[in-house]
Amino acid sequence: MLATLSAAMLADTSGQALAHASAWAVFAVGAAMILTGAAGVILLRNPVHSALMLVVTLFGVALEFIDESADFLAAVQIIVYAGAVVILFLFVIMFLGVDRKEAIAAEPTKLQKPLAALMGLVVLVEILALSRVDHWASGAPAQSGVLNGPGDNVQKLGQAVYTGYLLPFEMTAALLVIAVVATVVLSKRSAGSPERSSQGDAELSGRAGDPEDSEVSL
Amino acid sequence: MSVPSAWYLVLAAVLFGMGATGLLIRRNVLIMFMCIELMLNAVNLTFVTFARLLNDIGGQVDVLFVLVVAAAEVVVGLAIIVALFRRRAAATADDIHILKG
Amino acid sequence: MNAAYLIVALPLAGALILLFGGRRITDPVSGWLATAMAAGSFVATVVVWATLLGRPSSSRSVDKTIFTWMPVGTLHVSFGLTLDPLSILWSLFVTGVGTLITMYSIGYMRGDPSFSRFFFYLNAFIFSMVILVLADNYLFSFLGWEGVGFCSYGLVGFWFDRDSAAVAAKKAFVTNRVGDFGFMVALYLMFAHFGSFNYSVVLAPLAAGHATIATSTATFIAVMLVLGAVAKSAQIPLYMWLPDAMEGPTPVSALIHAATMVTAGVYLIARTAPIIHFSPDAQWIIASIGAGTCFLAATIACVQDDIKRVLAYSTISQIGYMFLAEGSGDYQAGIYHTVMHAFFKALLFLAAGAVIHALHDEQNMKRMGNLRKYLPITFPAFIVGFLALAAIPPFDGFWSKDEVLAAAWHKSPVLWAFGVAAAGLTAYYMSRQVRLVFWGKSRWETAAADHGAAGDTGHSAAGDTGHSVAGDTGHGSVGESGHGSGAPHEAPWTMTVPLVILAVASTFGWLLNADFGGLDFINKWLAPIFPSTVATPFTVSTDTKWVLGIVATAFSLTGLALGMGLWRKAVSRPALEPAFLAHAWYIDEGIAAAVSGPLARMATRFSFVVDATWVDGLVNGVARSAAGAGRQLRRVQTGYVRNYALAIGIGTVIVLFYVSVRAGS
Repeated sequence: MLATLSAAMLADTSGQALAHASAWAVFAVGAAMILTGAAGVILLRNPVHSALMLVVTLFGVALEFIDESADFLAAVQIIVYAGAVVILFLFVIMFLGVDRKEAIAAEPTKLQKPLAALMGLVVLVEILALSRVDHWASGAPAQSGVLNGPGDNVQKLGQAVYTGYLLPFEMTAALLVIAVVATVVLSKRSAGSPERSSQGDAELSGRAGDPEDSEVSL
Repeated sequence: MSVPSAWYLVLAAVLFGMGATGLLIRRNVLIMFMCIELMLNAVNLTFVTFARLLNDIGGQVDVLFVLVVAAAEVVVGLAIIVALFRRRAAATADDIHILKG
Repeated sequence: MNAAYLIVALPLAGALILLFGGRRITDPVSGWLATAMAAGSFVATVVVWATLLGRPSSSRSVDKTIFTWMPVGTLHVSFGLTLDPLSILWSLFVTGVGTLITMYSIGYMRGDPSFSRFFFYLNAFIFSMVILVLADNYLFSFLGWEGVGFCSYGLVGFWFDRDSAAVAAKKAFVTNRVGDFGFMVALYLMFAHFGSFNYSVVLAPLAAGHATIATSTATFIAVMLVLGAVAKSAQIPLYMWLPDAMEGPTPVSALIHAATMVTAGVYLIARTAPIIHFSPDAQWIIASIGAGTCFLAATIACVQDDIKRVLAYSTISQIGYMFLAEGSGDYQAGIYHTVMHAFFKALLFLAAGAVIHALHDEQNMKRMGNLRKYLPITFPAFIVGFLALAAIPPFDGFWSKDEVLAAAWHKSPVLWAFGVAAAGLTAYYMSRQVRLVFWGKSRWETAAADHGAAGDTGHSAAGDTGHSVAGDTGHGSVGESGHGSGAPHEAPWTMTVPLVILAVASTFGWLLNADFGGLDFINKWLAPIFPSTVATPFTVSTDTKWVLGIVATAFSLTGLALGMGLWRKAVSRPALEPAFLAHAWYIDEGIAAAVSGPLARMATRFSFVVDATWVDGLVNGVARSAAGAGRQLRRVQTGYVRNYALAIGIGTVIVLFYVSVRAGS
């Protein structure tokens, strides 16, 4: 919707400044959503709240996709991520009844948290430093098709996927089948395995446990 | 005109850093998973940005594949978590430390 | 020529089958298998020999490389065989005599609990020995050299549950180490000087007269190689291990300590002749060692009571002759004597084994006697061997010893005098042995009674456990009630057939290199190996030869007459058996005293001070620091997945940093 709006604005030569401003506005809104959502995910103590904040981030990313004329991906982002993945998260949270608050402050190893924060920061700095270097962008013409030009985004994407990327695409199909089978196998309750026994607790915590239970663990 | 690509890249870097930090800080397995999703989204954002910058549809195709792989990963990962939770009440990664030396 | 591979491969295959088959291959089968492999190797050698014989004498040297063993820089050491008259001659008698001895062992070792282990060692020994002689370079040859050393260790200590056997095996091994040291130093020198170990590179130019070598270098290399040869061939000063090695089963003594392994030193010297040629000093050293050894060992042999020890000292003495000939520059004579010695000494040992077998592991000659009535095949065989060793014409020893003495005379009359004196002593001690064993009263009957009643000192009693445990078919166990009644019995046919063959060889073998009638096959055969650039030709006039031969024979006959006369009835003559000879000139005891005195004190100091504090301290320190580091590092292993993830993240950060610095520059 925003894309059509901005496209309409681009058509109007006198509205160029306005289009510019709107693109910035979309970016700013998307960025705000992304950062807020991400902060929420890593800071909120209730998993349900974290999941909801993840939705905010995903929507923000979708917004940025639109801003960068990746219309189809924006739609997929919302349908697959917000619609399926996050729902799956919530479903698991609810299903397992683990929507309890986590004591973030409690930390078994002292250095973990400051080091983790420092590392995140250094990674950020390094990525930024790297992004200042552009000599590996060769400027060679695109192999899989140009982004701009005649035809709409979905058509060009489809053409690329079903021609140049056909083999990887088929492989993702296989991957999905494998994932489904794996999920079924993993979720299947093997006969005789106790449901959430204290014995299992002991075993996974490294204390003595019944050896015949060990097959189900990670 | 649209926003310069550099801004998107910076945004993606920040998002990636937050995801990585969260992954290391949080102990709830589910939230660790969400942090991985954050990092994947940051990468997607970069892909799309470069697709526009280099005028190449390939970047967007890559994002499509990342989405598929992420979906598969989430499904399997959550199945593992379910299998894990079936044996344990707690939901934190720190409870699983049989490998302690 | 590809049969050459079979010479090596068959004994190896036999050894491997017996090694991995182990106890699953039962009593006679493993023996026959080993015999078949040795015989196959012999046949292959004959084929190669025939092929070489069909060629002109100048092109009878073939190198066959199997594969490159160590390609290091410019040094290429290969597993390769060199087929030339010298190596083929050696492998002919090694595999030939080896086959007969392996066959003999089937009867001798019958019923031994470790029957197939014995034949594994025998095949492994033959394999190592043919490697030693067929190798195309010194290093590969050294491999065979060490291989025979190992097999010798295993065979001498075959009945390792006897203390004396275990000690003897260790003594043989350690003594040989001294020689190996010399061999290795020679290898280093050779590498430094020639940059190669290959005979074709090191020796061929010297032999062809295309190259020369400084006298000092030649002397050093030769002396170091001679040190190796001296240890392997039991010469002064490293001969002490051989008499003790008689602890092994008798076929071992025949195979290793008489016919083949001890001649390895003779082979090495003959092989190295082109280098030795440049060093008159080394030639003198070799000749002196030979002359000294043949005399010294002969004196000791005169007073030994153990039937095998007499033969052991006689072996040392005879190898002394070979060294004497080689040092005198007549390699053909030395090799001729080596071959003849292989025949008659193997015969003597095997016959002695039959005697020991007949008397249920009795080795003391003073408890034998009158056995000629009981052993109809062994007795004449032993007599043939005796006459050959005593150099009585026309048996083998006479002819070869004659040539050796002629060469010694040419070198120096002093050397010759030692040789002739030793020849007289040889005839004497062998007559004494024959008298004690085959004539006189049947002392074994009373001895057996003593034996059974009081038990015996030394190895005979201990040998019961090792050898006669499963003695069946009239091979009654010593010390049991059945012993006294069982008269000595002739050995089974597998033992007597080799005796007969070797007896024939000891009688007519000299025709291989007779001095007349153009029968000097060995001389002709070896001529390409020892051209005038390697061994300066010399001739001893026929008249001189006659005189020398008559004198030597006179000495031998005198010794024979003395021995036969003095020991006709007597069993013990203290005047003729002085203690210092019985103790082998106290050389062994002297070394033992030297070692146990100051050396032992030094060793004690080292073991309690240096070892305990420094060496152990170092070792324990390393261990402690490793354990401490582990204890500290263990903390890193928290078990928390997030810690590991953080570690991975930090690693990523470092890599990213490196990449961004690289990319930015």
